[in-house]
Amino acid sequence: METMMAIVIGILFSIGVYLLLCKSLFRIILGISIIAHAANLMILTMGGLKTGGPPIISGVNLPPTDPLPQALILTAIVINFALTAFLLVLAYRSYLVLGTENMEQLRGNDNE
Amino acid sequence: MGLNNDVILQTVSKVAFFIILAFATHLFIGGHHNPGGGFVGGLVVASALTLLILAFDLKSLEEVSKINYQTLGIAGVIIAVGTGMSSLIFHEPFLNQTFGIINLPILGETEYVTAIVFDTGVALAVLGTALSIITTISEDVCKWRQ
Amino acid sequence: MSWFYLTTFIPLLYAILVPIFYRHFPRIHTGWFVLPIPIGLFACLIRQIPLIAKDSPLVHTVSWIPHLNINYTVYVDGLTLIFGLIITGIGALVVLYSIYYLLKEREALGNFYVYLLLFMGAMLGVVSSDNVLVLYMFWELTSISSFLLIAFWYQRKASRYGAQKALLITVFGGFCMLAGFLILANITDTFSIRQMIQHADKITGQSLFVPAMILILLGAFTKSAQFPFHIWLPDAMEAPTPISAYLHSATMVKAGIYLIARFTPIFGGNMVWFWLVSGIGLITLFWGSFSAVKQVDLKALLAYSTVSQLGMIVCLLGLGSAAYSGPGEAAILSITAILAAIFHLINHSTFKGSLFMVVGIIDRLSGTRDLRRLGGLMNMMPITFTLAIIGSFSMAGLPPFNGFLSKELFFTSLLNTSQLEIFHLDKWSPLFPIVAWLASIFTFIYCMIIAFRPFLGKHQPHKLAKKIQRAPWGMLLPPTLLAFLIILFFFFPNVLAQYLFLPAISSILPGVMEADLSIEPIKAWHGWTPELFMTMGIIAVGFALFLLFPKWSKVFGRLPLWFTFNYMYDKLLLAIEIASQRITRKYMTGFIRDYLSYIFFFFIVILAGMIFILNSFTFNPTANSPVSIYEFLLCLALVASALLVLCARTRIIAIIGLGVMGYLMIMFFVIFRAPDLALTQLVVETVTTVLFLLCLYFLPKLEKEINKLGFKITNLVFSLGVGILVTIMALSAQGNRLFQPISRFYENAYELAGAKNIVNSILVDFRGFDTMLEILVFCIGGIGVYTLIKIGLTER
Repeated sequence: METMMAIVIGILFSIGVYLLLCKSLFRIILGISIIAHAANLMILTMGGLKTGGPPIISGVNLPPTDPLPQALILTAIVINFALTAFLLVLAYRSYLVLGTENMEQLRGNDNE
Repeated sequence: MGLNNDVILQTVSKVAFFIILAFATHLFIGGHHNPGGGFVGGLVVASALTLLILAFDLKSLEEVSKINYQTLGIAGVIIAVGTGMSSLIFHEPFLNQTFGIINLPILGETEYVTAIVFDTGVALAVLGTALSIITTISEDVCKWRQ
Repeated sequence: MSWFYLTTFIPLLYAILVPIFYRHFPRIHTGWFVLPIPIGLFACLIRQIPLIAKDSPLVHTVSWIPHLNINYTVYVDGLTLIFGLIITGIGALVVLYSIYYLLKEREALGNFYVYLLLFMGAMLGVVSSDNVLVLYMFWELTSISSFLLIAFWYQRKASRYGAQKALLITVFGGFCMLAGFLILANITDTFSIRQMIQHADKITGQSLFVPAMILILLGAFTKSAQFPFHIWLPDAMEAPTPISAYLHSATMVKAGIYLIARFTPIFGGNMVWFWLVSGIGLITLFWGSFSAVKQVDLKALLAYSTVSQLGMIVCLLGLGSAAYSGPGEAAILSITAILAAIFHLINHSTFKGSLFMVVGIIDRLSGTRDLRRLGGLMNMMPITFTLAIIGSFSMAGLPPFNGFLSKELFFTSLLNTSQLEIFHLDKWSPLFPIVAWLASIFTFIYCMIIAFRPFLGKHQPHKLAKKIQRAPWGMLLPPTLLAFLIILFFFFPNVLAQYLFLPAISSILPGVMEADLSIEPIKAWHGWTPELFMTMGIIAVGFALFLLFPKWSKVFGRLPLWFTFNYMYDKLLLAIEIASQRITRKYMTGFIRDYLSYIFFFFIVILAGMIFILNSFTFNPTANSPVSIYEFLLCLALVASALLVLCARTRIIAIIGLGVMGYLMIMFFVIFRAPDLALTQLVVETVTTVLFLLCLYFLPKLEKEINKLGFKITNLVFSLGVGILVTIMALSAQGNRLFQPISRFYENAYELAGAKNIVNSILVDFRGFDTMLEILVFCIGGIGVYTLIKIGLTER
């Protein structure tokens, strides 16, 4: 399972990076979202997969799975939401104000 | 967003809203022992309100509740920081939490956890910020539609 | 004396109140509110004199970062006390003077006094802190406040230029000094100066001894405007005159001298130190006085004279360090040099302070400081003239003023040194008296220029911008007090010596003074000695040259322009600017793709390189958990939806693809036993999709990007590189378990936090601090969205 996940994460990273290197701001946002998912999966995989029960202490005598990556990912998901929202607004505001979302045209003057 | 006239959606969401809200409360309070907690609780409330915005529109939501979501979010952060500070009063490290069992008159033996105050702060911060993001964006959308 | 350590912070804390006074009492000059602070501190320090004179320094330590051995330690001994008295005493006079110098209607007084108090506190911190890092912090704070004060009239180009120059040079020196401190701290394993002095013998043998010394000296020389770093001081004269009197002659420039004096016990007795300090001091003494003579701006003249006098004090400290070269004669003779240095330090503050104030009066009343336009002011400002005479005669070393005494001591110590037979002095011994004598002649000439040129001669009212009026008493009082001190010190030098100099000398030369060496009483008349003949020669030759000045002043025109240090500084600055601009232009393209390419390039190169070098790639699938067909299909679906996003032709398809990905993630979280994550992801994904759809209305159609083949290939290379590298990293991390996971600890959540949900207890209890900052970041993101929308940019 871990090996398969590593390959899946690699593919997701590739796709994300490819999108990130595009010129359209919208594609860049898509790329960031995909990379975020891949990173979450990666953190989870690092903790070992399916090695125990859910990290909730109950009467069942099953050792819980690693809870630390889960706590990390939980915050990451929430932060990622704020980041995505911010980028989306940035994208459409810059499109409204500047008339383009092509990063090459957004690069500004030479004398900055 | 213009006025919606989707009667089915509106009727369903009126009912669903309260169910979701109850679910959110359950998630939030039960978060100590079961899956859930401040983050999820806050987000579920936010999604319930988002449903209302989608079903009706922003204005009707604003008529019902006049909360400034920015302030709500910041209040959440302040509560969270404040609980951290309050542990300093008892000469404990910053953000130290405690728990125990207390005997209340009617309820009998009740478990108390100070972490729930911190979690409230987290929930409020998440709720306020998420809603402020959604409302500002949809406000902008409304403005541009007209 | 537990309260005493607070003195440093009083000015800093009071500075917070100044803007309030400025805002709410516009009718009262803000200076009146500030004045009690230096006066009070001065009184406090005066009360410490008897205690310190009994050789019992005040020490107080406040723990700051104990585990790094960094504490805020106040250490007040004789040396600190002298500096403290100068800082607060001159500070009080300068504040009083500034009340009349700066008009409350026109100037931004709030800023002025905040900077001034900031400086005062920082300077007190420099001289009283025992920890080198704290000292460094205050040291840089003085540089910054000096920068702000020089640029006080920031509308002027010259002010900005001068401020920048001062900052660049002094901060450069400060960094060097920090490096020197760190080397010393590394050798001695302490940050405390007192403990470093105790370990002085341990430092001497080290190979880094000389580099540390040179670095610290660079700090001192840049701050004290020693040759060739003196160039910032004349340009700093763009500051208001009270500031020039305070920072750039009486106090801040003496910080370097303080540093040299403070580190003499560590470095003293070393030949490099002796020659560097005394040699640079001597060169500065000569060059400063020589350059001063040619100036036509009164303040520039005073600036060069300050450079020269600072050189003299530094030179004396260098000569005094010979006390450590061995017991006996050298020690006794060198104490005179240290005594002269301290005495001259105080004298310089008195006469130079009063002269700056005099020049300020002339500037204010006549509207110019240009010597070519001034003349014949004697009748119009008799008091000012008297003060100028007192100040400049003292500086020239004439009796009955205190400058005479310290100058005689200076000559004495020079002559003493030339008798010594250490450090190859036998070959070079005549150098010191001769150069110093020549420099003193120029000193005499420029003193005469200050004393007489503006006041004698013909008054030329048509060349002046203003009609001369009477000077306000508040501007005359501070220099008058200083002039009074100048004369007082001449007649009663030994009172000072007993109570101030002796403790200071014993703190500069701790090992030497303990051998109960007493200093000889300072006398104005000590017979027909060589010193007296030297002084008489100076007066005769100097006066002749002063009268013949127009004849030989052409010498100064002969120096080529490119040779001046100012020219080199300007060229260097320009060259650095151009070069950095070129480099920046090359890689800062303003195109996010380029920046990301750099990041990914280094990511791939460094990580792949490390994995290759360390040979850490392992592949060990034995511990893997089994895969069911259901999970395999989920993985396929995840990859397929990601590909859908990649290849989407329209926005809506891309958003749907992303949504599918998000919901598939929920499935993964469920499989991987993470119910909390699944819940959160479910809600977040829903809300995110709503957001995407809301914004969809505004976003443009997703155009098919028509790119060149090279563009696509680069993208492909980078993306495949990152993807493969991440896979390799993930696999290797599985195979290499370097340490036990810390997660076992959290399984005691119920005992430790009373919670059965471990993830939640980590979030709100164990790692509550992370969560707190995380919601703060989340809130900031929300505020970012809000401002982006409400900021009201004009749309197209």
